[in-house]
Formats: sequence, structure tokens, C-alpha cells
Amino acid sequence: MTWPFLLAMCAAAYAQKAIAPILLGAWEPPHRVRTLLHLLAVPVLAGLIVVQTLGDGRELVLDARAPAVGAAIIAVWLRAPFLVVVLLAAVVAAGIRLVT
Amino acid sequence: MGEGEPALAWHPVRVSRPTLPSYVPTAFAVSVTTGIYGISFGALAVAAGLSIGQACALSALMFTGGSQFAAVAVIGAGGSLATAATNALLLGARNTAYGFVNVPILRRIPVLQRVIAAHLVIDETTAVAAAQDDESHRLGAFLWTGIMLWACWNLGTLGGALAGDQLGNPERWGLDAMFPAAFVALLAPQLRQPGAIAAAIAGGCIALALVPIAPVGIPVLASVLGLFAARAAWRSRA
Repeated sequence: MTWPFLLAMCAAAYAQKAIAPILLGAWEPPHRVRTLLHLLAVPVLAGLIVVQTLGDGRELVLDARAPAVGAAIIAVWLRAPFLVVVLLAAVVAAGIRLVT
Repeated sequence: MGEGEPALAWHPVRVSRPTLPSYVPTAFAVSVTTGIYGISFGALAVAAGLSIGQACALSALMFTGGSQFAAVAVIGAGGSLATAATNALLLGARNTAYGFVNVPILRRIPVLQRVIAAHLVIDETTAVAAAQDDESHRLGAFLWTGIMLWACWNLGTLGGALAGDQLGNPERWGLDAMFPAAFVALLAPQLRQPGAIAAAIAGGCIALALVPIAPVGIPVLASVLGLFAARAAWRSRA
């Protein structure tokens, strides 16, 4: 990888992140738009959870991640603290991989 | 100490201690986990033929893990630079959606700081910020997560690039399951918004349906469209 190529990729990645905060920077969104912008995180995070739990490149797989995230969902539902949720998922996934 | 002088007694004075906001431990946990993945990234990047400086530059300046792993994986497998760049940018495209999410948060800081803070717009910062019910906590949550995560990710990358992958595959320790679990915990409080459950289900289903048929990066990006489900839910209620 050459340095100019690397820096160009970094610039493009920055542009992806910054386009909205910089172009809309001074604009104060009306309440309704603000609600909608905040809500936008919800479907994207849900999609991310699905891909990180079941995705493997362009395949869907059921492996140790699915029960781990299942356990995390139950823990969140039982109002467990953040650290407990995340560590539980790691323990379940590592445990399943240890015995399989 | 002479007689009559008041002894230095211990007075139970209430000192108002500056307490850490509740998002700080969350930001810290997310950052440390990401930092361990940074070790993997550094090792993988060097194995793919990048110099140590290049591996560190990618983590410092590109700072979006999915894109970095994708670019390095393509190059390590002997793929073309065009494929590496395409995959990296497809995976980074969802950061544009996060940019929109963070507009109301980042508009509160001066423009020069906003230009720098925009570099921190990624999955984790958006998720921790959006998980704060109290709007006034979102900027702090965003910045704490962003700065700690940037530091951990870059330290991890440097360590991995210098020392190689001493920890082995992070999947052995279940680290790959920690990310979706963290996002579940961060998404949960957001589901109280009207229409959010519909949007989450729709977003999840869109991603699920697209994984086998669309290029990497597209499934999560397209889950943005789940927002329309929220609007439909609003209308049916109204």
C-alpha cells in the first residue's frame, strides 16, 4: 500500500463521517427533525447487531455468537449493568467455542 | 498543641464530589474491548505487508475499524487496491448515517472542534451517545467514548504491529460477541421512543435479508430504511 493511496482512503473515510456534521453544522434542526435524526440510530444499530451476530462475509451463520447475544438480550431485559451484559456474552461465546 | 485549642477533629463535612457520569464506565469498557481488537488489526496489517507506520496511520486517520480490517484483508489476500478501497468505503458508508444522527450533538461545539470531533463519528460513539436519555449527556458521552476509544484503538494497533498477535485470535475469548452484545445494551434504552421498535425490527430484517445477496457494508447501510417503519407506526397510531 502506498502512502498517497493510504492517505486518500483516510480522507474519503473522514468525508463519509464529517459530511453531515460539517455541512449542517450551524443548522438548528426543528424538534421533529431532531427526533427523527435521533431515531435514525435505531434501525442502523439493529442492522449492525444482526450482521455482527449472524454475518460472516456474505454468509449467514449460526455459531457461538448467536447464543451469546441471546444471553445478552436476556441480561438487558433483566436490567443487568452494561459490563455484565458484555462480559456474559464473551463468557458464553468463549465457553461454547471451548467445548465445540 | 496547647490546651484550649480545638483539636483537629474529623468533621463529617459533605464535600460535593465530582461524580463521573454513568456513561464513562460504558465508554471505558467499549474502548478497552476495541483496543484489544486494535492489537489484531495491527498484527494483521503488518502481516498483509503494511509498514508499522502505515498500520498506525490507518488507525489514527481512518479510524473506522470495519473499513480498516476490510482494506487490509483484501491487500493481504493479494487483491487490488481498487477492491480494498471499495470495500473500505462501502463499510464506512454507514458513518454518513451516523453523521446525521450526531448533527444535533456536534452543533453545540465550535466549528473547529466540530471538524475534529467529526473524525470520531463511528458505531461506538453514536451508540453510546444515542443511548443517553438525557439529551444534555449525549455530547459528553460522544466525546468520552470517542477520545478513549481512539487512544485504545491506536495503542492496540501499535502494540499489535510491533509485537504481532500475541493474544491469538480474539474470537477465542468471545470478543467478537462482545460488540453485538454491547450494541444490544446501548440500543435497548432507545427503544422507548415512539416507533423505535418497528424501526429496529425493520432495520434488522433488512440487514438479515441483504447479507447473502449484497456486497459487504450494504446490509447495515440499507437498514437506515427501517426508519420508514417508524413513520408507518406513527401514522397507524395517529
